[in-house]
Amino acid sequence: MTTSTALITADLVDLDLPAGDRAAVVRSLAERLVAAGRVTDLDQFLADIEAREAQMPTGLEGGIGIPHCRSAAVTAPTLGFGRSAAGVDFGAEDGPADLVFLIAAPAGGGDAHMTVLAALARRLVRSSFKDTLRSATDAAEAADFIAKEVSA
Amino acid sequence: MKIVAVTACPTGIAHTYMAAEALEAAAEEAGHSIVVETQGSAGSTPLTATQLAEADAAIFAADVEVRDKDRFAHLPLVAVGVKKAISGAPGLITQAEDAAANAPARATAGAPAAAGAPAGAKAPAGPGAASKVRAWLMTGVSFVIPFVAAGGLLIALGFALGGYQINLPEDAPLYETILSGGFDAGSLTAWGALAFGIGSAAFNFLVPVLSGYIAYAMADRPALVPGFVGGAIAVTTGAGFLGGLVSGFAAGGLVMWIKTWRVPRALAGIMPVVVIPLLSSAVVGLLMFVVVGRPIAAATEGLTNWLNGLSGTNAILLGLLLGLMMCFDMGGPVNKAAYTFAVAGLTTPSPTALTIMAAVMAAGMVPPLAMALATVVRGSLFTEAERENGRAAWLLGASFISEGAIPFAAADPFRVIPSIMAGGAVTGALSMAFGATLRAPHGGVFVVPLMGNPLGFLVAVVAGTLVATALVLLLKTVARRRDDGTPVPVGEAPTEAAPAGASSSPSSTTPAGATA
Repeated sequence: MTTSTALITADLVDLDLPAGDRAAVVRSLAERLVAAGRVTDLDQFLADIEAREAQMPTGLEGGIGIPHCRSAAVTAPTLGFGRSAAGVDFGAEDGPADLVFLIAAPAGGGDAHMTVLAALARRLVRSSFKDTLRSATDAAEAADFIAKEVSA
Repeated sequence: MKIVAVTACPTGIAHTYMAAEALEAAAEEAGHSIVVETQGSAGSTPLTATQLAEADAAIFAADVEVRDKDRFAHLPLVAVGVKKAISGAPGLITQAEDAAANAPARATAGAPAAAGAPAGAKAPAGPGAASKVRAWLMTGVSFVIPFVAAGGLLIALGFALGGYQINLPEDAPLYETILSGGFDAGSLTAWGALAFGIGSAAFNFLVPVLSGYIAYAMADRPALVPGFVGGAIAVTTGAGFLGGLVSGFAAGGLVMWIKTWRVPRALAGIMPVVVIPLLSSAVVGLLMFVVVGRPIAAATEGLTNWLNGLSGTNAILLGLLLGLMMCFDMGGPVNKAAYTFAVAGLTTPSPTALTIMAAVMAAGMVPPLAMALATVVRGSLFTEAERENGRAAWLLGASFISEGAIPFAAADPFRVIPSIMAGGAVTGALSMAFGATLRAPHGGVFVVPLMGNPLGFLVAVVAGTLVATALVLLLKTVARRRDDGTPVPVGEAPTEAAPAGASSSPSSTTPAGATA
């Protein structure tokens, strides 16, 4: 990949998400994307996320939430990753998620841009990928691991 | 087992790929091969025609409409929402196994046994089973086409450079004699012999490749061996491509059946590599040598004797008959009987013998020419591969290389063979009527200068080509309309219970052909 910006960096990782409902947790991760310059308009972005969530909840079995959207407010394909000790309900049948992947895709992103997100999505179903993230001890370690995985 | 799958979700950035990954992992775990087309935003690599043709089942894991669904119409289908594939991929693979297990059982039940008359094809066949058979055939055909094009064009080049004598006499062909000595790079004849020799080598693969890849499409890699071996025996015994269709379906059906056996765990590991190829090759080989080969040898001999006894028959009628025979099986026993009959006459050339030779060659040029013309006139009735083959077929037909039509005939025997036989009959009869004569046993348009009444010869070829083209287009169009009239919803394919479909297996023509 020759994207100028990495999919994820340490400041987009929050290994200790504040307790709260889905909206609060997504907002807190989204604020990191805004701070990193990946999202230009927080409200627009959150509205797009919410619109996708309304179609069908993004919670998956195994404690995963993947709020995501394509949004005009996004500048580059970006992943925000958070871990919640308390758990956040993303509508999965087997209960709340402890791993939250906030996937932001630019609205007009070309196919080449999107392959990194496709690679990420493929990793999300591998239990070893989730296990590593559950046991990560600091944000940089988690970000490095993800970045390495999706570029492989 | 081979599975094709499509995953798709509303946003196209997450679930599509997660589902694909989960399905791939589950298929691998279950020991199957799977190809997933991710209809997401990172672009999708479409499934190839071969992948679709070889598949045993399809899985749709999608919350949005799957694009180009009709590609999967021939396959048993498991259709679910995209999340189901992420959370329960192994279950979907099991469902696909069940769906596939029901489907091929009905499609192949009668195929290897095939004893029905070709008329059986007209019975309303279940679309599921019939299109399954067609998909297997098309796999075989798609692998054969490059061999036909490469080999045929090299043989044509050999004739062009070396003259028609390059393949004479039959028992010790000139090209072999030339090639067994030192190669004279300055001699055009030597280059012609080289081209002919290489082309002949490629042509020897036609029937084995056809047979082998039909079997492969049906029952995967273990079926390649009996398929190829059976096809090679079809060549040895002179059973031609119709014999190859029999061996391909027999090998595929047999291996499918063997795969359903419950074997001790100790044996399971060597089943696909040793046991299945060994057992199935032995059975198919026996079938091809004893059950198919002997009657074919007897039939060829019978036909030859019969033709020899026909002296004094009305010339036009004889031309018509030889035309029919030349176009029945393109290199098979019936074609060979007619051709040998004509060539044998050249050793004691009487005026009649020379007209017979001209009629036989004219008729043999019709099948590839007609197919080439048909692909130009109505390309939409043919597959992309067939249209490609059509381009090469012009030169193959002009060079009297009837094999150029084999891919078309193998893919759709019940429509193509009658059409080209009718065209061949018209050509054979006209050539006799015009009194065209020929002293050379081969060469197509390259030997026109050696002919008596070459204009009559060419008119006969053109007329027969037009007849065959018109007929094949008509038959294919009617078939297309009928298919359109009874669309099969993709999702219902697995529930089609249609044993009648098996009777439409092309292999059913061969027993009839062998006794023709």
